Amino acid sequence: MAEQGTPRVKSGLAEMLKGGVIMDVVDAEQAKVAEDAGACAVMALERVPADIRADGGVARMSDPEMIIGIQEAVSIPVMAKARIGHFVEAQVLESLEVDYIDESEVLTPADEAHHIDKWKFNVPFVCGATNLGEALRRIGEGAAMIRSKGEAGTGDVVEAVRHIRSITGEIRALQAMDPDELYTRAKELQAPLALVQETARLGRLPVVLFTAGGVATPADAALMMQLGSDGVFVGSGIFKSGDPAKRARAVVEAVTHFEDAAKIAEVSKGLGEAMVGRSAKSIPEAELLAGRGW
Amino acid sequence: MLALQGAFREHVQALARLGADAVEVRTPADLAGVDALVLPGGESTTMDLLLGSSGLREPLQAAIAGGTPVLGTCAGLILLARDLEDGVEGQRTFAALDVTARRNGYGRQVSSFEADLELADEAVPMRGVFIRAPRITRTGEGVEVLAQLDGEPVCVRSGPIMAATFHPELTGDDRLHARFLAGVAS
Repeated sequence: MAEQGTPRVKSGLAEMLKGGVIMDVVDAEQAKVAEDAGACAVMALERVPADIRADGGVARMSDPEMIIGIQEAVSIPVMAKARIGHFVEAQVLESLEVDYIDESEVLTPADEAHHIDKWKFNVPFVCGATNLGEALRRIGEGAAMIRSKGEAGTGDVVEAVRHIRSITGEIRALQAMDPDELYTRAKELQAPLALVQETARLGRLPVVLFTAGGVATPADAALMMQLGSDGVFVGSGIFKSGDPAKRARAVVEAVTHFEDAAKIAEVSKGLGEAMVGRSAKSIPEAELLAGRGW
Repeated sequence: MLALQGAFREHVQALARLGADAVEVRTPADLAGVDALVLPGGESTTMDLLLGSSGLREPLQAAIAGGTPVLGTCAGLILLARDLEDGVEGQRTFAALDVTARRNGYGRQVSSFEADLELADEAVPMRGVFIRAPRITRTGEGVEVLAQLDGEPVCVRSGPIMAATFHPELTGDDRLHARFLAGVAS
């Protein structure tokens, strides 16, 4: 009996993406550049986070026509974003047969209390998290992959570092606890007990953990890998830079050879201008994206 | 263990459970002392590019041609296949296993699935997890079929090469790895 949409099948695709780079693309041409540079998947969206930030207004799911155009252009997995809590956008993306749905804080949330019930879908979901409790709540709702949020569209890696350190540090603290203490810890984390226990036993999240938000250079990407990330999302950092194809390729190399400083130095040579960026600290609190979702 | 991209950690864990000493290979220097190779699942186009830039393509090609045992799963099978359908332009393989593989043969992720497989010489079925899996659309002479799904081969062996379109490393059922290691030992 063949079964589709099982937890193992959904999280399995994330397992295959590990050690890879998932790139934000806004059209078929960029998608092809990403595939040719060695991206293991692309994220189809109308505007990269830096532009969403600049434009303001409400950010929503992308036009299906644009997503289909990207699906037709490349053979690697295509992901797309739905607003937090907007389960109809997710239904639409599932009907388009995107390979992964990102329930993303980069778009304007549609529900201030509830995330999407992701168990209802055959297509897997990736969700953002800033700490362990948030990550485990998303997994409890059916997320098959987690990415640290960082602060998207800034080119400033400081928030991504904060979030990945928070998640991995809290996991190490769980591992050091007596099993008796995990019950109270689960309450404090506001996370399902079974997932807290499983995380303590595994010493990592029960699903794949990527990093997102602010990665702009090969060294940024390798930093996230050395901090315990399974792979990296790069949003504005590639196509807002001077030479996207070359930078994309360099980030892919840096993620594979993340412990080889000489290799990272070699691929970092002559990449042209990085995205201009904006310090995450300079952004007024109301405009921060990472605070969306809970 | 080829560790350029993909699900290599799970293979390393399976091999360790069986007492094998697995080393992650990212550069030609990592190949020193390697008796057998595992090519994991992942994105075959990404691995193809990284095989070129890492300088691993030629030494791996030579090792495989020289009879080093190889286990390939999913993208790993694509890397071994003699012929490829629906690859990207210019995508290369080691062309060491006389089969034709069609990339993403079942379609996109919503069509991914798991199913019980009858494995040759095994009484208990094996759970196969198929993730955007390739399909074997042709097998050459001398390619032995170890498992089928709906009449199509999903696990094959040819001399020292064993390859599966599914992911034995994701289920904790190590029988295929054990069979591969037994072949290496003999």
